[in-house]
Amino acid sequence: MEKPTETRVERNLVGLTPADYKGKPSTLCPGCGHNTISNQVQAAVFELGLLPEQVIKVSGIGCSSKSPNYFLQRSFGFNGLHGRMPTIATGASFADTRVKVLGFSGDGDTASIGLGHFKHIVRRNVPMVYVIENNGVYGLTKGQFSATSDLGLVLKHQGKNMLPPLDLCMEALISGATFVARAFSGDIKQMKELFKAAIVHKGMAVIDVISPCVTFNNKDTALQSYTWGREHELPIQDITFVPGKDEILLGDFEPGTVQEVRLHDGSAILLKKIDRDYDPTDQSNALDLLTESYKNHYFATGLIYINASKPTIHDLYDLPEEALNRLTPERLRPSTALLDEINSSLY
Amino acid sequence: MDEDQKEQGEIAEAIINEFCMTICTVNGSGSGTANNLLYRALFRMGIPTSGKNVFPSNIKGLPTWFVIRSSAKGYLGRVPYDDIIVAMNSTTFLEDLTYLPEGGVLFYADHIKLPESIRQDIACYPMPIKTLMKETEVPRNLKDFMENILYVGIVGEVLGITREALREAVDLQFVGKPEVAKSNYDMIMRGYDWASANLEKKDRYFVRQMPPLADYILTDGNNAGALGSLFGGMQFCSWYPITPASSMVESAIAQVSKLRKDPVTGKNTCVILQVEDELAALGAAIGAGWAGLRSMTSTSGPGLSLMTENVGLAYFTETPVVIWDVQRVGPSTGLPTRTAQGDLSMVYNLGHGDTSHMILIPGSVNECFEFGWKAFDLADKYQTPIFVLSDLDLGMNQWITRKFEYPNRPIDRGKLLWEEGLENVSPDWGRYKDLDGDGIPYRTVMGNQNPRSAYFARGTGHDVYGNYSEEPKNWADMLSRIGRKLGCCVKDLPKPVIRKGKEARIGIIGMGSTDPALIEAQDLLSEAGIEVDYMRVRSIPVDTMEREFIASHERCYVLELNRDGQLCEILKLEVSEYSQKLIHISDIGGLPMTAIWARDNIMAHEKERYGKTN
Repeated sequence: MEKPTETRVERNLVGLTPADYKGKPSTLCPGCGHNTISNQVQAAVFELGLLPEQVIKVSGIGCSSKSPNYFLQRSFGFNGLHGRMPTIATGASFADTRVKVLGFSGDGDTASIGLGHFKHIVRRNVPMVYVIENNGVYGLTKGQFSATSDLGLVLKHQGKNMLPPLDLCMEALISGATFVARAFSGDIKQMKELFKAAIVHKGMAVIDVISPCVTFNNKDTALQSYTWGREHELPIQDITFVPGKDEILLGDFEPGTVQEVRLHDGSAILLKKIDRDYDPTDQSNALDLLTESYKNHYFATGLIYINASKPTIHDLYDLPEEALNRLTPERLRPSTALLDEINSSLY
Repeated sequence: MDEDQKEQGEIAEAIINEFCMTICTVNGSGSGTANNLLYRALFRMGIPTSGKNVFPSNIKGLPTWFVIRSSAKGYLGRVPYDDIIVAMNSTTFLEDLTYLPEGGVLFYADHIKLPESIRQDIACYPMPIKTLMKETEVPRNLKDFMENILYVGIVGEVLGITREALREAVDLQFVGKPEVAKSNYDMIMRGYDWASANLEKKDRYFVRQMPPLADYILTDGNNAGALGSLFGGMQFCSWYPITPASSMVESAIAQVSKLRKDPVTGKNTCVILQVEDELAALGAAIGAGWAGLRSMTSTSGPGLSLMTENVGLAYFTETPVVIWDVQRVGPSTGLPTRTAQGDLSMVYNLGHGDTSHMILIPGSVNECFEFGWKAFDLADKYQTPIFVLSDLDLGMNQWITRKFEYPNRPIDRGKLLWEEGLENVSPDWGRYKDLDGDGIPYRTVMGNQNPRSAYFARGTGHDVYGNYSEEPKNWADMLSRIGRKLGCCVKDLPKPVIRKGKEARIGIIGMGSTDPALIEAQDLLSEAGIEVDYMRVRSIPVDTMEREFIASHERCYVLELNRDGQLCEILKLEVSEYSQKLIHISDIGGLPMTAIWARDNIMAHEKERYGKTN
């Protein structure tokens, strides 16, 4: 006789359950692509076995930036100003370099008001995950064009968009990002694997997620709609994140079909070829891919570029291994002898 | 009788250690070093000295003036005329001359073509700079620089600055570079020896050794602010270059690796990061402050305008951060290289909606150091942005000041809780909950592993747990509590400094860098028969001492470097029952206030309103 299967709560490496990674109930529109992102971030952190206390969430303003409230309730969060998420992230990242910084932003935040900060935080290589929840429209202010809106997009109160969109993956790439990926809210498996790899990656990981706005920009013909996305998403590889502790069995794959990218902690990203040869460690390759997909109007999704060895901004400062924000006051105030020395040098 | 005394005796009304000397040069010619050597040598001879650089917003080529005031009486404010001019710039020569009163002294590079008739009421000393240069081998790229070094020797000899004092100044300037020090000293001595052999003393200004100023140092307010911050435990500073604030962070950069090595690991404990703009500068500082680092930024008016939205964010999320505003002349780009006190009103309520901030206003270089470390304690204690208002005059000019004193109390991080601390506060803890009734909640920061420690900081409406809330009561309670917190702060703010006159019925009030001018003005007024008490406000909001000062005088003149009397307006609001007693007098030329201007304006008001003529 078969034993009845027990209902067992799934636990991760640190003994927590998915419920420990949940947030407040979402107040975004039902069906919003951003909710998928919230769920996959939550799942990725859970599956990586990170304590929620080892993660912080920072965001700007807009629907995207509200989303961090809807996952990882046990993680510190900061919902700051429109477009300025990267600035908060930069400062906070130094307080405890062992904590993972997850940034959430939208296309209004990143492609318009905060474009300068976006380019500069990428240039600084602040180690963090920078998620752009890109729906090609201003949602929270009720349907205006954004800088990623498609050329010719027609919106109810706006008329026709006369300006071409920015490609944020391209912007990230040419600013020196060390991890550039594109995902689509309709492809959750790929998204989760990308999140896991991005969280483990040591450096700036930009993930542009095409995340449809069901209320203002989801007509079948719209670039960032579910229908268009499903029809025009072209995954460039089948991606699997393998944590450091797991053995990588390349023998499971046909020779020559899998590329392995090692991350700093021994984990690996396995990239299985789909229908083309694509090497994401080659920056000019990546630029070609983005140029081509922009021109031909499709979304190349997956890991577009990675450089796992570039020093981060933290590496440029010779900081203690322990958290800077835990240093006791005695370690922060120079001695009286040093002040005496200064006084004599100014006499 | 030695030579000097004889010489002095022959010149009517010798003036010892009391003069104002302006050195007129061209921007970018390296004159800064020469000027530093001159005033450092005067300081080393025990003479109270200040050095003001009046410079254009330009890198090379435009005229620049360096003004040295030496005063045995200790008056270090600007004066509106020159006793001695060192003319190295032919383009401004004629105009520079007009600042010399009768009996003044002119040193001029003799390649400057003099007008056919030169004034007979001044003493002139030609300096054969080009000729002396020809006789010396100097690398081409150092030519301009060495020309300036020559005048140090010539002027020094004629005035009576000792070789020893010049030597000490050179050694300090080029510490660790003995060869450079030697070549500079040799060049100074070329000028010195030439003057000694060729110039006959014919003016009345003399420098004589005074008792050493052993308790004093000579530096600028920006350096002091940087040092104060480093001694205050600053851990993060993000900034964007702007005149006149940049040199503060640059001073910190120059000294951080020496001062801020962790005694335990030998690693760095302070991060200084130049970012893309002022929005990022304050944004990153807020991120760091929120995350538990002692963080700051320093800027000037235009930068502060850009930071405004972030200031409101820090205020409403209750994030500790220190913001230095080294003021320059506004509005708009204004006069970037001139001084003003025009940001006070803006800063007091900076941000949209209901905001109000604590402002520290140092009035000396020493106070820049002191307020530098104190600002961090206040920010941590009250969990809010703390502003320190300096200005170009205080920040970039050279002042003698009392030695920096080591902070007299340990670093205070305020109500910051780690894992254990959180267990010891009420189980109903919330980030914005007033558990102690003082309006100041307990805060946690990232990295805290206690599962209860996290909260969601937001600029939007929130309840005491940090949850999003649009409830009218939550909003009202939150804003009122923040207001209450700020209402309690005055007890911790620096009290005003009061300098009493003799049974004065009139008060004068100022703040910040005008202190030397107002001290001197107080004495000048007394000489003119008008006794005044002088109060220097050192922080906003004001407290009982300011109130009592105003209450106890028939009228008070508030003198400040802005058009509309911003300090006066704030005092009128906060001490509204005596608002009729406050009269504002404005000085808005972009230059430091002078005591003579202050005296004359007060006397004119007195005459106009009260018929006092003396």
